[in-house]
Amino acid sequence: MVKSDFGYNSKVEGEVIVTRADAVVNWVRSNSVWPMPMGLACCAIELMAAGGSRFDISRFGMEVMRFSPRQADCMIVAGTVTYKMAEVVRRIYDQMAEPKWVVAMGACASTGGMYRSYATLQGVDNIVPVDIYISGCPPRPEALLDGMMLLQEKIRNEGGSLRRTFRGRTVETKIVS
Amino acid sequence: MDAAALTSRFPATQDLAGKDMPTYRVAGSDLLAVVSALRDEQGFDLLADLCGLELQGRPVRFGVVIHLLSTTHKEYVRLHVDAVNDRVPSVSSLHPGANWHEREAFDMFGIVFEGHPDPRRILMWDSYPYHPLRKDFPLAGIEVPFPAADVAEVTGQKVEPAPMMGGPFVSHGGKLSEGEPSALDQSWTEEKPKA
Repeated sequence: MVKSDFGYNSKVEGEVIVTRADAVVNWVRSNSVWPMPMGLACCAIELMAAGGSRFDISRFGMEVMRFSPRQADCMIVAGTVTYKMAEVVRRIYDQMAEPKWVVAMGACASTGGMYRSYATLQGVDNIVPVDIYISGCPPRPEALLDGMMLLQEKIRNEGGSLRRTFRGRTVETKIVS
Repeated sequence: MDAAALTSRFPATQDLAGKDMPTYRVAGSDLLAVVSALRDEQGFDLLADLCGLELQGRPVRFGVVIHLLSTTHKEYVRLHVDAVNDRVPSVSSLHPGANWHEREAFDMFGIVFEGHPDPRRILMWDSYPYHPLRKDFPLAGIEVPFPAADVAEVTGQKVEPAPMMGGPFVSHGGKLSEGEPSALDQSWTEEKPKA
């Protein structure tokens, strides 16, 4: 990590670490991203491979795939989003608790891909805000891991992470010690 | 299979001399009786396929093709039915497997299957106004409202046409290199030949 968020010198602080609340919150969030696997097509197979022992997404604290939107932080849209399914994708996104992120995995989720037709939504960013786009058709698990690491980097550098705007309303998290 | 029994009992049935399997054109009014006779008397107990088709330049625009398989005699038979006034009797009562096939044929072509137990769309959403595999429907699609009104309100999204031209698979300034893959210009159709 280039930027040091933690000032710690055992000779000076002893058993005390001095840091910013934002940095701690972001560090916690970035290392325990619980994905919501929105597997809609063949990208979901690569997503499953990323969960297996060869690629092992748990190295990044992301192995806790939650099929309930209430327990997930990051929706990985893996596959072709048809107009019929788009409604469901948006509804599941709405049900996820803040803070939440969206990864568009593969060509279809990012742009509609090769499905340029009457039935396919031309990119999931038309209905939900996307944080990371991953290219590939489908992307290999390494590409997914790279995208998720980019997402971690993005989470670590979020400013004002205790204060987020949600549907035009500012939500503030208070730390009680 | 016993072809003579079929054609003598149903005089409207016409042998189309299929090259790969026995093929018959069956009148819509005879369809249920023919399928039922083939199933119960000649052993064609499995509905292998049922699909809709649009035939341009024919008096009846739509038709249905049914493939039946006999699991005892190991042979197929193909039945053509013209959809007069876009209507064909449903064979779901004889072969329950036809249920979803008929819903798909209805969804894509608008062929109404009379007597179908659940005549809804199967691929497109229920409020979709068109039948996309009809020849007069553009591949790119036609603009219609988003399926869910509440999602459309939040996102401002509509179901928009996505023509191949202008898409990511068609290069804009002509061919950049010989090695570059690019999709065909699909602005031409069977009626409007390529300029």
